[in-house]
Amino acid sequence: MHNFYYFATGPLAWIAFLVFIGGSIWRFRSLLELARRKDSIVFEYMDTKFALRSIVHWLIPFGSRSMKINPTMTVVTFLFHICLFLTPLFVFGHVILWKENFNISWFTLPNAVADIMTFIVIASCLFFLWRRIKLADVKYLTTPLDFIILFIVAAPFISGFWAYHQFPGFATMTIIHIISGEIMLMAIPFTKLFHMFLFPFTRGYIGSEFGGVRMAKDW
Amino acid sequence: MSEYKSVNEIKKDTKKNESKKIEDRGILNGLEQLTPEKIESVINQVINDETGARLKVYVDTCVHCGMCSKGCHFFLSLNDPKFSPAGKVKQTLWEILRKKGKVSTEFIKDAATVAYTQCNLCKRCAMYCPFGLDVAYVMSVMRRICHKLGVVPLYIQDTAHSHSATMNQMWVKDDEWVDTLMWQEEEAQEAMENLRIPLDREGADIFYSVIGPEPKFRAQLIFQAAVIMNAAHENWTMPSMPGWDNSDMCMFTGDYEMMERLKRRHFESALHLRAKRIVMGECGHAFRSVYDVGNRALGWKMPPIEVVHAIEYYNELFEQKKIKIKKKFDRPVTLHDPCNISRGRGLHEMARNIVNATCSEFIEMTPNREHNYCCSAGGGVINCGPPFKNARVESGKAKAKQLFAAKAKGAEVVIAPCHNCHGGLEDIIHHYGVEMELKFFGDIIYEILELPES
Amino acid sequence: MSNYDKWDWDTSKKKVADLSAWRERFPYIEEFRVSHDGEKVAAIVKNEDMEFTVCVQSEDNEPETWENGYDKAWNLQFGPDDRLSALVSDAGEWKVSTDDETWENGYDFIWNMKFNSNGNIAVSAQKELLYSVVNNDTPWENEFSRLTDMVISPDGDKTAAVVESVPVLESEIFKFRQGCYSIAVNGETWDRNFMNVWNPSFSDDSNHIAASVRTSYYDYYIVVDGKTWDKSFSSVWEPRFSPSSIEKSSITAPNGELLNKELHPHNYSVTAPVKRGGKWYLAKDGEIFWDRPYFQLWQQFYSPDGTKIAAIVAPEFGKWTIALDNTPWEIRFSDYLSDPLFSPDGNGVACLFKDKGKWGVAVDGKAWDCLFDMVWQPVFSNNGSHLAVKFKKDGFYHIALNGNIIDEKYDDLANPIFSPDNSSILVRGLQGSSYNRKVIKI
Ligand code: HEM
Ligand code: HEM
Ligand code: SF4
Ligand code: SF4
Ligand code: SF4
Repeated sequence: MHNFYYFATGPLAWIAFLVFIGGSIWRFRSLLELARRKDSIVFEYMDTKFALRSIVHWLIPFGSRSMKINPTMTVVTFLFHICLFLTPLFVFGHVILWKENFNISWFTLPNAVADIMTFIVIASCLFFLWRRIKLADVKYLTTPLDFIILFIVAAPFISGFWAYHQFPGFATMTIIHIISGEIMLMAIPFTKLFHMFLFPFTRGYIGSEFGGVRMAKDW
Repeated sequence: MSEYKSVNEIKKDTKKNESKKIEDRGILNGLEQLTPEKIESVINQVINDETGARLKVYVDTCVHCGMCSKGCHFFLSLNDPKFSPAGKVKQTLWEILRKKGKVSTEFIKDAATVAYTQCNLCKRCAMYCPFGLDVAYVMSVMRRICHKLGVVPLYIQDTAHSHSATMNQMWVKDDEWVDTLMWQEEEAQEAMENLRIPLDREGADIFYSVIGPEPKFRAQLIFQAAVIMNAAHENWTMPSMPGWDNSDMCMFTGDYEMMERLKRRHFESALHLRAKRIVMGECGHAFRSVYDVGNRALGWKMPPIEVVHAIEYYNELFEQKKIKIKKKFDRPVTLHDPCNISRGRGLHEMARNIVNATCSEFIEMTPNREHNYCCSAGGGVINCGPPFKNARVESGKAKAKQLFAAKAKGAEVVIAPCHNCHGGLEDIIHHYGVEMELKFFGDIIYEILELPES
Repeated sequence: MSNYDKWDWDTSKKKVADLSAWRERFPYIEEFRVSHDGEKVAAIVKNEDMEFTVCVQSEDNEPETWENGYDKAWNLQFGPDDRLSALVSDAGEWKVSTDDETWENGYDFIWNMKFNSNGNIAVSAQKELLYSVVNNDTPWENEFSRLTDMVISPDGDKTAAVVESVPVLESEIFKFRQGCYSIAVNGETWDRNFMNVWNPSFSDDSNHIAASVRTSYYDYYIVVDGKTWDKSFSSVWEPRFSPSSIEKSSITAPNGELLNKELHPHNYSVTAPVKRGGKWYLAKDGEIFWDRPYFQLWQQFYSPDGTKIAAIVAPEFGKWTIALDNTPWEIRFSDYLSDPLFSPDGNGVACLFKDKGKWGVAVDGKAWDCLFDMVWQPVFSNNGSHLAVKFKKDGFYHIALNGNIIDEKYDDLANPIFSPDNSSILVRGLQGSSYNRKVIKI
């Protein structure tokens, strides 16, 4: 058990981060290379000002009409993304690990806040799940992989919460948590989760087209 | 959570839409000539040689969230998930990429129907998807594949053929074109003595180009344009030879080689006459082909010669006080923003300037400007003809609701500065019994124009 | 324009016409045309009976209208031989009228008046909804359901056009795909039909015709005398024949005619821009000839002796230049490139360009300093050492010679013409209400 813990926090963690970072770089480079070769015209129309204009509008809650006519989704998805991104960075358990291993540390979230944020992520995942089952258009688009990814995303939060609060079987759960977190990291470059990195480019491109050529808003 | 419709609510609608069978000879007979090998090789040729990172990113980035659904008037009108933008991608390119081109003729039949008749390429969904994924682009790739497979709805294929043989959309012969211009010139001389439609005048400030259907069905629009040009004392011209048609159904069938040939001829017609700029009639898709799509295909970042849509031109006439009006048009009007020139070129504010300069009462439709709903006719859908008319009109339900709402506030006349929109709106108005009158800006300006002493 | 060398190259200024007299006399005047030698000015006008006719004036003469009046007249042009022609209609019958003499044969409509360099005239014609070409008042024997893109051979004896060789109705899309179009030469169609045919063009010796065709949506070919090249391409642009004769120390008249000809026939070849794998190449007689891929490539043109070839190209997206023997100039232009040509000695290449909205002239890879609102075809002197253009700036027309503005401003202007001995330029233009002919010493 202990050995496994060390394996998961040691070599496996290294592997996970390597796959995540290396895989993301690889995916980026192959897309960039493909774009250079086949869609070089796209670069001609990229325009920093209009790209940023669009990105900013879409990063502000209710900054687009699309968000206004989907208020529930907007609130949930913003909370979800913020918590999803910030919780693992500032949760006490993680910062401790960084401190122990690399002797670096930073601000940590108060317990209650971390709990609430974790809870928000889990609840959001349930909401997404509900959408995928209940809303006809989302259901139509949903593939089995979407459920798996949703589970992959929710798992570290559920297990982390469990482990931290020392619910029954927390020792095992800690290991499950670590592995599930690592799986999530490794999944990013190879699944639709990569959208986190592509967002600035897809949004920036359509923003450039709308701003520079179409002279219209795209939000 | 009133923003959501439940699965059950929608199921009924879905059933209704499924019962429709395709009866288009262009698609059905085209399918007969296909083999699985041919399908696979054409698909892979298009995917490997003609697409790249853009298609890949659009398909892979999609998180299947359905935010785009409400961007599409098809989905809003029909309440059927198959008509959500991403739903259309699912029925076409997802499957094709997943199966690496090994798809059946049955699949191609449905994919062609989706790509040609269930998407107006209006790009509204790109404004609703958080990532700005451009489903219209993906549908264009599907159309390109269908074009190369020879599975294209008959009516639009015929217009594309006309383009290739005559350089115009309507099989107008070289002599018929000049004859029509001379006839309209003569008619217009009754309104204004010695009015001219000057042919091939070198060094003119304005090269005026129109779409094929104008000489064929709506010659009075050429007449009106001639009166307006003459009233504004413009130094203008129209070409006597092919190159006069700025429209482009080849852009919509996926025949890009032909689109390039058409756009080259059009630009060169104007440039050969050393015209300062091209002013074009009230058409949306033609503008898109000249301003956005065709020029790129030929290697120009922006058009080689300034292209000015009628809205921009009329706005200029009023701003520079080049024409005078007798009195304002006094019936309450509403305005349909054609996607290709509002979302496609940001001319919606200018359109409002013209309304204010010409009409006494203006009632907005909502949503409007960039967010306006397409009339369901665009992107070549109306050009697919009678076999798809009923389906098209049903997809215009959202538009019909918009029109009814404007009418309830008093609007009697709809101004639609786009030919396709006219066709589409006419059918919607008729089918849903909206009972509103349709006009071009040209109609209104002509009606209230004060003719100068000669 | 065979007597181009005998024009008046001595009188420095003539007032050809005072147009204010015209404006008093005619309620309706169309655009003015000026003869190549600059001695005559003409326009379509309406006479006292409000009929369309043509009015002509030359120095020391009164404006004189044609005796015949018509329901309509259009397409007034001075031919290369300086005879004046127009398309005229009387009671619904259309004819060509040259210097007020009409052709015998009439048609329901005629258009696309084409001249060869001797002034021979051909038009496309429609009678009872059937189409043909009429060359020098002689119609083709065969008629077609559709005809377009007519061209006349350099010797004036032949005409060719794209015709619908198999009548096809609208909506017959599958029949259309089988191929219903071909080229007819003097009314005789090639024995092969194509899905589409475009850009027919004659060889210099008038014996051959090349055109672009497609046989399916993705098989584009160049076809020469009815036979396609072996390989198809994903698209092609207009084919051009190499000059079929080598000409030494010639004088080229403004219409392209070579004076003092001395022919050395050699084998012709055909080049065309072709597209493969999304990029354009120049192909020659069916094989890729310029192996370098371009975003765009068109309007290839030959030096007069046929040894050099150049074309308008876009080596990168949105950046245009000239490639001479497959080597692009260093300079790039953003908007447009047109009217490229070799100097008569084949040593220089000039073209017009448009860059960021302004027009200019480029010679041998260098742009002139001056930019214009609009500019017309550049003209080389016969020895190739001078280049002149007509241009427009701030509402007035001027002539620029080798990058410098010469002479005064004009309200209207015809293209400049160099004298055969390269010592002067003929300037034909409107100043105020007088149409002047000037010979300016260089
Ligand atoms: C390299 C992989 C990871 C390791 C080694 C790791 C390790 C840990 C540890 C040791 C704890 C504290 C548990 C305890 O106190 O018993 C923890 C908590 C937590 N972790 Fe991770 N973790 C990893 C990845 C992730 C990822 C990818 C996420 C989410 C995106 C995540 C979210 C959380 C959460 C939400 C908590 C609990 C917060 C709370 O309720 O207070 N972890 N993690
Ligand atoms: C800033 C730009 C981003 C946008 C516009 C965006 C948008 C979205 C959207 C629309 C969803 C779909 C929710 C659903 O499943 O219905 C989603 C899901 C998700 N996003 Fe993002 N996202 C962004 C950045 C990120 C980042 C930075 C991360 C990672 C830290 C991330 C992780 C996720 C995850 C894990 C899901 C759930 C996947 C699923 O539902 O299957 N996103 N995102
Ligand atoms: S019709 Fe318009 S909104 Fe609907 S999918 Fe097509 S481009 Fe998108
Ligand atoms: S909104 Fe965008 S990401 Fe979401 S399903 Fe539609 S296309 Fe895909
Ligand atoms: S027809 Fe009109 S409303 Fe429809 S896509 Fe075209 S411009 Fe838009």
